[in-house]
Amino acid sequence: MSSFKRNLQEILKYPSAIAGSLIILALVIVAGIVITTIPYSEAIRLWRGGEDVWYANPQYAPPAWINYFRSEKLPVSFALDSFESDGEQVVTTFEDVDGTTSRTNITYTFDFQADVVPQEISLYFDATYESKQPFASILWVTPDGREIRIGDFGVDKQRTYRLSQDEKLKRRLGGVPPMDGLFADPNSESGKPLKGTYQLLIESVAFEPGSTLHAEFVFFGQVYGLAGTDHQRRDLTLPLLYGVPIALAFGLLAALGTSIMTMIIAAIGAWYGGWVDELIQRITEVNLVLPFLSILIMVGTFYSRSIWTILGVTVLLSIFTGGIKGFRAIFLQVKESAYIEAARAYGSSDTRVIFKYLIPRMIPLLIPGLVSSVPAFVFLEASLAILGLGDPVLPTWGKIINDAQTNAALYKGLYYWVLEPAVLLMITGLGFAMLGFALDRIFNPRLRGI
Amino acid sequence: MTTVTEAQQASQPVIKKKSTSTFMRVVQYSLIRLLTLFVTIVIGIYLTIMIANMGGYVDEIMRSEIRERVTVQVAMNPANKNLSQEARNNLVMSEIAQEEKRIGLDQPIAVRTFRYLSNALVLDLGRAVNMTSDSGSKTVRLIILERLPSTLLLMGTSNLFLFFFGIFFALSLSRNYGNFWDKLVVALSPTSAVPPWFYGIFLILIFAAIFKVLPFGGMVDAPPPDNRFEYSLSVLKHLILPGSSLVLASFFLSIFNWRTFFLIYSSEDYVDMAKAKGLAARDIERSYILRPTLPTIITNFALLLIGLWTGAIITETVFLWPGLGRTIFRAIGLYDTPVIVGTTIIYAYLLAITVFLLDFVYALVDPRVKVGGSN
Repeated sequence: MSSFKRNLQEILKYPSAIAGSLIILALVIVAGIVITTIPYSEAIRLWRGGEDVWYANPQYAPPAWINYFRSEKLPVSFALDSFESDGEQVVTTFEDVDGTTSRTNITYTFDFQADVVPQEISLYFDATYESKQPFASILWVTPDGREIRIGDFGVDKQRTYRLSQDEKLKRRLGGVPPMDGLFADPNSESGKPLKGTYQLLIESVAFEPGSTLHAEFVFFGQVYGLAGTDHQRRDLTLPLLYGVPIALAFGLLAALGTSIMTMIIAAIGAWYGGWVDELIQRITEVNLVLPFLSILIMVGTFYSRSIWTILGVTVLLSIFTGGIKGFRAIFLQVKESAYIEAARAYGSSDTRVIFKYLIPRMIPLLIPGLVSSVPAFVFLEASLAILGLGDPVLPTWGKIINDAQTNAALYKGLYYWVLEPAVLLMITGLGFAMLGFALDRIFNPRLRGI
Repeated sequence: MTTVTEAQQASQPVIKKKSTSTFMRVVQYSLIRLLTLFVTIVIGIYLTIMIANMGGYVDEIMRSEIRERVTVQVAMNPANKNLSQEARNNLVMSEIAQEEKRIGLDQPIAVRTFRYLSNALVLDLGRAVNMTSDSGSKTVRLIILERLPSTLLLMGTSNLFLFFFGIFFALSLSRNYGNFWDKLVVALSPTSAVPPWFYGIFLILIFAAIFKVLPFGGMVDAPPPDNRFEYSLSVLKHLILPGSSLVLASFFLSIFNWRTFFLIYSSEDYVDMAKAKGLAARDIERSYILRPTLPTIITNFALLLIGLWTGAIITETVFLWPGLGRTIFRAIGLYDTPVIVGTTIIYAYLLAITVFLLDFVYALVDPRVKVGGSN
């Protein structure tokens, strides 16, 4: 225990070790929260759910906070639902006229303070009726009181009405794209949109008893949420958050598996010697010839892209590497120590010597290597994802970068798409590298003081 | 550069043994060494072949792919329009059989893997299954040779720079151990936890996307300039970003490793002794530090040279650099076992030859080492 305390004090002398530990601690906490709040199946549903999950998000939208760094403010996305009448932003009134005919009026009110028009405004209707469709007419009220008729139509059971795709509306607005026309400031020369409170009114008449109309108003702005969205309108917050536990799990499991297996095999080889040792050495040499990354790519391409398969193959290929030689050299020294001799003298078994006397001696030497090897494995997962061999269902950081690359995000100027996962990957990698580096200097007597 | 300490261990066997004849000992040692290396290569290559076939699983993929392609081809061909259903089926069957024969699928997997192995061992790289070189050849040798120069250019410039600059800089750091630059290198060495392609993305972001001074990727401008001088200038311009990302990714760790290595050697007693005698710093460095570390330096250099061969699969992918790494990646995607095996066998031979020759080089540069002496 005192040696543990001493080592801890030693660690506290290295600022990089403290920073590294803090980063790792923060990541572990985030991973714990993410895993408990978003179950695995829910994460996969949100990530691979299809249009039903993401329809209300804009496409290629940077995160909303970039407005703090811009002089030209971008509109933020939001959605308003007619069922959630709050008397302010959404006002829904229902009036029964004569038992069969009824009127539903929906008013959406929103404040628009951006300097750029939104990508799109859509209305998602769904109506219940037997044979006669309800009829809706839509009106647009600008902050300066102008009223623009948007459209009148019967509403099917489900109907999506996209304002900017309505050719009639475009003609009515004088041939300009509807978004520019609806937000235009008639007194401005610069073409900047008019700021203020806009309203969208839906006046609908239903012709059957019990017939209802529901409409969701979706404002597709130019920015969205905390992390922005990708080409499939998916909110990037989910993969960024869910990437934390996956990266940690992959990195730590691979590092732990590799170093523990390497150590056990080295100990067995050193202890038994003879043909066992020879065999282990030969396997290590064969492994040097095998192309590591190519084999991983082959497994990913031909067999399975599941992250757990890749993890298993990675560990298997990383066991018999140079590390085994280093461990073996030290085990050969330790094997000759007096306490091992004492253990043999009182007749302890081979397994007892290996697992109780040889391996525990090595643990202090194992830890720095283990921590330092975590980043390599975290980045390996991302590297495979870059090659298009990421796990098919799981949301990971590497897959975001891969999506961004295949959609030429950097070329199109969608920097957030690459930067967010990249920065997280970098922080994770650096955290483990800094701690591992400091541990190496503490535990490795050869480096002490250098 | 992680090999620094390993190689150091490898070079340690200090052998002093009076044996019958030096010549006999060297011959005997060489034969045994060559044999073990050869067996290692045979096993390694066979494993690679088995993995490239996934133990026969890839055959199934290839079979169904051929079936689909041939069926569609026959169905789409207007010349077959008037054939009866049965005749058409027969045509499909015979074409499938022909295609399977061409690839070798008509033979059992075990026979094929051994044929791949024996061909590979005599460096008969054969013909690719699906891939073609840019000039349209299906010969594996041409496919590889065509991509070799661009890989050598990228990997060569960056790795040679890293090696020589790293050693030079590390020596000067070990001389001024503890000064600002030394501390900076120590502090920045964890940055090498990040792989090259990752720096590549940032470099692309900064220099290609924001400042628009360097290209996003590729090797020459499109269309390539006719003039030889302009052509090389254009290649050079495209080389900057991938090259610097490769350098950046291992820069600080490589210097740190060399510096630590030199520091360990400069704390030896004989170096203190030389200092006490009042020898010039240059002489100490050359005869007392560099001389005993020469085997390690040579080992690292040799491993660096053969490491050039494999290319950098992911960096080349990110920068669309037409190198060997990309070719290997494409070959895997096209189930092209001959190309995969071809690149692997050449690497294996290069590695084996290097490992074999290094033993002799150690004996040449380090008088403490004798070839074939046992420890």
